[in-house]
Amino acid sequence: MSNDALIEYRGVARRFHSRSGTVTACEAVDLTVQRGEFMAVVGPSGCGKSTLLNMAAGLMAPSAGQVLYDGRPVPLPNTDVGYLTQRDTLLPWRTVEDNVAIALELRGQSRADRLRRAHEWLDRMGLSGFEKSYPAQLSGGMRRRVALARTLAYEPETILMDEPFGALDAQLRMVMHEELLKLWTGTRKTVIFVTHDLAEALTLADRIAVFSARPGRIRSVEIVDLPRPRDVFRVRFDPHFGELHDRLWSYLEASVRSDVMVN
Amino acid sequence: MSEAETTSAYVGLPTASNEARSDRLSPRSEWVSVWAWRIAIIVVGLSLWQYASGRWIKTFWISRPSDIWHQLAEWVVTGDLWIHLQVTLIETVMGFVFGAVAGVLFGLALGLNRRLAAVLDPFIVAFYSLPKIALAPLFILWFGVGLSSKVVLATFVVFFLVFYNTYAGTLAVEAELVDVLRLMGATRGQIVRKVILPSALIWIFTGMKSSVPYALIGAVVGEMMASNKGLGYLIQAAAGQYDTSGVFAALFVLMIIATGLHEMLKQSERVMLRWREAGHG
Repeated sequence: MSNDALIEYRGVARRFHSRSGTVTACEAVDLTVQRGEFMAVVGPSGCGKSTLLNMAAGLMAPSAGQVLYDGRPVPLPNTDVGYLTQRDTLLPWRTVEDNVAIALELRGQSRADRLRRAHEWLDRMGLSGFEKSYPAQLSGGMRRRVALARTLAYEPETILMDEPFGALDAQLRMVMHEELLKLWTGTRKTVIFVTHDLAEALTLADRIAVFSARPGRIRSVEIVDLPRPRDVFRVRFDPHFGELHDRLWSYLEASVRSDVMVN
Repeated sequence: MSEAETTSAYVGLPTASNEARSDRLSPRSEWVSVWAWRIAIIVVGLSLWQYASGRWIKTFWISRPSDIWHQLAEWVVTGDLWIHLQVTLIETVMGFVFGAVAGVLFGLALGLNRRLAAVLDPFIVAFYSLPKIALAPLFILWFGVGLSSKVVLATFVVFFLVFYNTYAGTLAVEAELVDVLRLMGATRGQIVRKVILPSALIWIFTGMKSSVPYALIGAVVGEMMASNKGLGYLIQAAAGQYDTSGVFAALFVLMIIATGLHEMLKQSERVMLRWREAGHG
């Protein structure tokens, strides 16, 4: 791995103020994501993982510390990143092709050009024939693929993913993992992938940052030295996968259990 | 689709109960039976009215369908109907168009300008809670007994309904949709055109649809207070002569107009918000 930092969190904390008091989502976060790296972030729910992504996207500023992008403080908003959120953010009044083409439309590309690009990506996602459909006509898995196509179609330098496949069933999720890895291998974009699923993180990532329960702090950053290309359907039966899983679980276990106790 | 369903202001009965029963009946026979019932209700209702009039209740009070029909026919022959109908329609449509355009523009301006909205909020609430019809005498004083006072009244009534819905619609836009576009490098203008406007369109249509009957109310109330033309005048004049058939005939025409206008808006909404229906297909 080349030593070329793209996203750096330096002593970052983020607090939210409300009438009922102040909540610290995360604190003392030091994390560096290399250019072209696939970084996964795992932790119990509510540990401020999404907050980390929002700060990298420049949708919110840190309360303390600094978030750097390519050596400079993250601009608000950071237009070098594409953000695939947990929730469905397709525009429901636009057809699938117009959704995928929207970023190119904003850049003033001609309709013919941007639709050609959109169709390429839809084709790659196995969505040919649904160009003229509206999001409401598609299944959840198909909508996710459209959202992924939309994010990839305008080729942002970095892709932030917040539990992007959380709502899908286990089989479909593995299919999406395979597609994602294939695409990532082709483009080598920088990815931060937030999930609460250890197996998902191990299947996809180069490194995994494990967070504690709120306020989220980094427990450990582990290198996933499983060889690539990985077979998403079989990699979990690799003995080394099991070792890594055990080690990561030991970091995660305490905070997950305390979380269960609290709730 | 849940949000779309809750914001739709369907004037008409909810259809959920029909859907629940549709496992027994095919859609077509369901449709036939619904219409058979409707026609039966009309026939029975009118027959009962016709029979009761003069037997149970004095014809003077409730007239009777055959008399109302003759009155309508007479107005058609003399051409009176068209004159009055035209006046009321022009007032309603002009009031609706002016009020809707102004309401959408003002609603967007305030929705996109939170500071201005915060400053103007108490004034808007004050005007909004005022019964607009109470302004009729003032408008007649200012604009005379002719067409313009009714147009102004209808405009005023429509404006507030459309304005309020447009304003609410711009505030209800999902922040995440806006954020995703900001990250794509969208300008403020692009966000307004590509997210806020289309998203607020459901609300705008809801406001427009619910304001149509009020435009008609504005026009008719204005006519009833002071005028020499229009369906409101016709009702007032007939009542002044104790002519209940005339009153009912004019009311019937009003009912037809209101239903027609509502239907027109529903169709245009269906075209513009096609994506909402897509999910059911």
